[in-house]
Amino acid sequence: MKTVIGYLREFYGKMALGFGIKFIGTIAELMLPFILSHVLANVIGKDVEEIIFWGALMIVCSLIACVFNVSANRMACKISRDFAENLRRDLFKKTLYLSASQTDKFTIPSLESRITTDTYNIHGFVNMMQRMGVRAPIMLIGGISITLFMDAYLSLVMIAVLPLIFATVFFISKKGVPLYDKVQKCVDNMVRVVREDYMGIRVIKALSKSGYEHRRYDKVNRALSAEEVHAGVIMGSVHPIMNILMNAGTVAVIAISSGRVQKGLSSPETIIAFMQYFTHISMSMMVVSRMFVMYTKSAASARRVGEVLDAPEEINVMAKSVCPDSENSAHIAFDNVTFSYKGKKNNLSNISFALKKGESLGIIGATGSGKSTLIKLLMRFYDVSDGAIYINGEDIRTIEKARLNAMFGSALQQDFLYADTIEENIRFGRNISHDDVVSAARIAQADGFISKFSDGYNHMLSPHGTNISGGQKQRTLISRALAGKPEILVLDDSSSALDYKTDALLRSALRENLKGTTVVTVAQRVSSVKDCDLIIVLEEGEIIGMGKHDYLMESCTPYKEISDSQMGGAFVE
Amino acid sequence: MSKGGMFGGGPGSFPQGKGDGKRPDRKKLDKKTMKSILWRLCGYIMNYWYLFIPAVLMTLFSNQLALLGPKYSGIAIDAIASPEGVNFAVVRENIVKMILCYVVSAVLSYILAFLMMYTGQKIVCKMRKQLFEKLTSLPVGYFDTHPTGDIISRISYDIDTVNSSLSHDLVQIMTSIYTVLGSLIFMWNISKPLILVFVVTVPVSVFFAKYRSKKVRPLFSLRSRKLGELNGYAEEMLSGCRSIGAYGREDVISGRFNDRNQDAMDAYYNADYYGCTMGPTMGFINNLSISLVMMLGGILYLYSQNGTVATGSMFFITLGGVAQFVQYSRKFAGPINEFANIIHELQSAFSAAERVFRVIDEEPEKEDDQNAVFLENTRGEVCFKNVSFGYSQDKTILENVSFEALAGKTIAIVGPTGAGKTTIINLLMRFYDVTIGSIAVDNTDVRNITRDSLRRAYTMVLQDTWLFCGSIFDNIAYGREGATIEEVKAAAKAARIDSYIESLPDGYDTILTDDGVNISKGQRQLITIARAMLANSQMLILDEATSNVDSRTEIKIQEAMRELMRGKTCFVIAHRLSTIQDADTIMVVLDGKIAEMGSHEELMKKGGFYSTLYNSQFE
Repeated sequence: MKTVIGYLREFYGKMALGFGIKFIGTIAELMLPFILSHVLANVIGKDVEEIIFWGALMIVCSLIACVFNVSANRMACKISRDFAENLRRDLFKKTLYLSASQTDKFTIPSLESRITTDTYNIHGFVNMMQRMGVRAPIMLIGGISITLFMDAYLSLVMIAVLPLIFATVFFISKKGVPLYDKVQKCVDNMVRVVREDYMGIRVIKALSKSGYEHRRYDKVNRALSAEEVHAGVIMGSVHPIMNILMNAGTVAVIAISSGRVQKGLSSPETIIAFMQYFTHISMSMMVVSRMFVMYTKSAASARRVGEVLDAPEEINVMAKSVCPDSENSAHIAFDNVTFSYKGKKNNLSNISFALKKGESLGIIGATGSGKSTLIKLLMRFYDVSDGAIYINGEDIRTIEKARLNAMFGSALQQDFLYADTIEENIRFGRNISHDDVVSAARIAQADGFISKFSDGYNHMLSPHGTNISGGQKQRTLISRALAGKPEILVLDDSSSALDYKTDALLRSALRENLKGTTVVTVAQRVSSVKDCDLIIVLEEGEIIGMGKHDYLMESCTPYKEISDSQMGGAFVE
Repeated sequence: MSKGGMFGGGPGSFPQGKGDGKRPDRKKLDKKTMKSILWRLCGYIMNYWYLFIPAVLMTLFSNQLALLGPKYSGIAIDAIASPEGVNFAVVRENIVKMILCYVVSAVLSYILAFLMMYTGQKIVCKMRKQLFEKLTSLPVGYFDTHPTGDIISRISYDIDTVNSSLSHDLVQIMTSIYTVLGSLIFMWNISKPLILVFVVTVPVSVFFAKYRSKKVRPLFSLRSRKLGELNGYAEEMLSGCRSIGAYGREDVISGRFNDRNQDAMDAYYNADYYGCTMGPTMGFINNLSISLVMMLGGILYLYSQNGTVATGSMFFITLGGVAQFVQYSRKFAGPINEFANIIHELQSAFSAAERVFRVIDEEPEKEDDQNAVFLENTRGEVCFKNVSFGYSQDKTILENVSFEALAGKTIAIVGPTGAGKTTIINLLMRFYDVTIGSIAVDNTDVRNITRDSLRRAYTMVLQDTWLFCGSIFDNIAYGREGATIEEVKAAAKAARIDSYIESLPDGYDTILTDDGVNISKGQRQLITIARAMLANSQMLILDEATSNVDSRTEIKIQEAMRELMRGKTCFVIAHRLSTIQDADTIMVVLDGKIAEMGSHEELMKKGGFYSTLYNSQFE
């Protein structure tokens, strides 16, 4: 909350100026009923010229009000634009810089809605606050003070109504917010069924389950409608109740004033003027209560945005004194690494190995055995819980992020492609020439299919690359990893959608072209790792076999089993 | 959503971000379409006439009462101001009348709001139902060509837009028309000459509103589009935040994001810059009218006072009359200003409704032939005869494919990605119909078999595991209605997933959530295999059925898979050659044609594509 308000600070001067202009405009507007009541009370029935004079004055005031309000509104638009732009820019950047575990905690959909919906809410509120936040209170306070000046007794009657109105709005909106939370949850449920069925339409049709799905949808659909009706019943009462209260004020004023006029304490003209002000006051009351509802909503948004902006930097560069260099001269070394995502069960335990420059490492194991976790630690998405990881003898926690990133080229599981040309997807915003892009694609066996597009490398991908096949996506991602000519190439299950032939071609191209590059491959196929200089077999986060293919075939039964099942063992024998 | 609607132009009427961002491109609808949409919406409303007609009556009644309020207050003030001293009896009488009017009017307006919201919900619920049921009847091709997000925004956002328009704008329009006419009549009764003021000011405000909205509307639709683009970009980039981090591209991507951010905010500002003149200008015209009314009214009162105008003349006016007239003129001018807004909202509701109707009107899967037979006791003989097929006219995917699968035999389909393997499956299941040639099951052309019975004759296990949010039991039993827990457990045991399920705290009642964090990809696949084991059909399709299962588990379930496949006609697509080589027939598909066909030994001897592929794994 504080952080978000901080973004307004630089606009305080401009906002004050805008408020000033708005103030003048509002005062001019407030003059209107004042003049009107003056005319009705004192002028009317006396002199035509005087009436015309006051009427002209009213028109001038209206004009001033209009001009000043417009220019103040425009200033407000500009300020809120600049404010929201800065806020969203910083929020997005900060989001990208969050550590992986922070992202896990916030979850991507939630971060997304913070960048979109929440910043819009805040923007809307800042805009509205500037445009109405001055006008409504001034109208309210100004109106009340003028009526106090005219007839204090009557205005107290009216003022008595205001707290009632405010309490009603407060009470009902407090009730309403959780109801709308429920509605939102029902919407989520309804959308989920649609999304699920959209994805699973083949299965549903294959099993002829349309009827079942209709019933399933009916349930969530009805629940949603019921919740909406429920919320509507409560929120719908706001308007009539406010109307009754305000009109009760009017009635009270007339009732009481009749006695006062009789006693000579008040005049009929005052009452007429009073009615004029009353309309203004109640209108501003409406606006103030509406702002209150908006405030509740945007305060929640500001808190959510603030949470992200205030999130601490988790992946810090440590001092060498804390994480000293290692004697080991290996390119990559894991020294007794243990790691746990949640701090309960270890996801990796006591992993140690070393790899020389230009060597290759293969990691194999069942789903959930910790293969991808090992890669994530190497690239420092997470910090190890115990032990240390060294690159060229330096603890990776002491290497600046930019330098560490530059060492790697990686094609990860469920990696991402975006709506842009294939060339840009490979380049990924880096400073890489077209020739380098092409030669990376050649090695990754992607050049073939890319050249077949009529527009070649300028072929546009759709969001998430849905317009190319799974195998083509993987080859594009490998091209991206290669294009930066990294020291360390990481391939996490990134050739699983390739057929054996293409996979074999890819492996031999990598061997030929990447002599000095250290390659780390995670795979399910033995054929993808069997030529590696070192193969690690993982099971439940522990190394159960380590060595070359031939050695593991003899010493590691699980490895041999995997290999036999995949290589068509019977045929080889 | 009714959020805004019920609040009487409350927070919802303020232009809000995300909603607007997702707002469909508001293409100009031509008059004819507009008309037909209007009629269709009326049709929906008329389904609930028993709610709608009382609502209309109540609108009229409650507005009439609200209009009477100022009238009584005018009489009361006149009674107070009467030169003979306050006439308490009249004041009291009118105060009672006022109270009655206001209370009844408020109660009525609440009931009315409720009725309209309730009607709106009924209609919306029905529309959502229709849209969803239409979806499940559409051909599979529709889902391949229409993004999920688009349908979701139709079923949620667009329908909401229609809803708020139904439950809010309709009442607003009726109220406005009534208020304008009612005020006009009251004003007419108080003083005809004063109405002249509005003869000048109303056309001015109408003209201004028209002129402004013409200028502002394209700016608003640009604003919506830009916000939509920004949302899309944020969504896309966040999904790749890990890769962006891995390559250290945060600054570059942030920069690109900010270009779009600036665009969107500028569009917002431009729309607002012109949009925000509307309120104050309308306010000015309003105030101008009131100033003129006061001047003219004052002069008339003066002449009425000093006797220049006779009591019965149309120029005669009392002080209470002037006060009332001013009050009514506010009421009169308000809705006229609102009209521009309402028309704008109606237009967006119409284009939203059009998007919804377009799906509802979508051509469903062709109905089964009248003479289509119900496939029973399938033997499982499948025959492709000279089949050619393309998803679109200009691109043929399969060309002249012929083969025969005998009952109980296994056919493996091999080929590079994009060669047409999945297309063959699509044709088998009749998700699509062939362009040329024919497919027959048990010697009957599939086009002469009911779709339901044909599809039930197959069991499918696909690479993309599909589980829905529900218990594990429900997900496995999905394959066979009314399956018992014992049957489900037996299937799970055969798929080697039983012990894992039992290890969960809730066992078979464990709810699978969206993100599926609690279960790995491989385990999901095993559950779908268990589902297939329950469905007892004569033909089996395995499309990369075990691709996400790790090799050791695969070995374990191999026996179960063999059990599943026994005696059935099986179509198998797999990358793992070990899965393929035992097939009775191996069919190599290249560029939509069958390149080679035969048993493993035959193809190895032949030395073609298959043998190269097979040997490449040992390189």
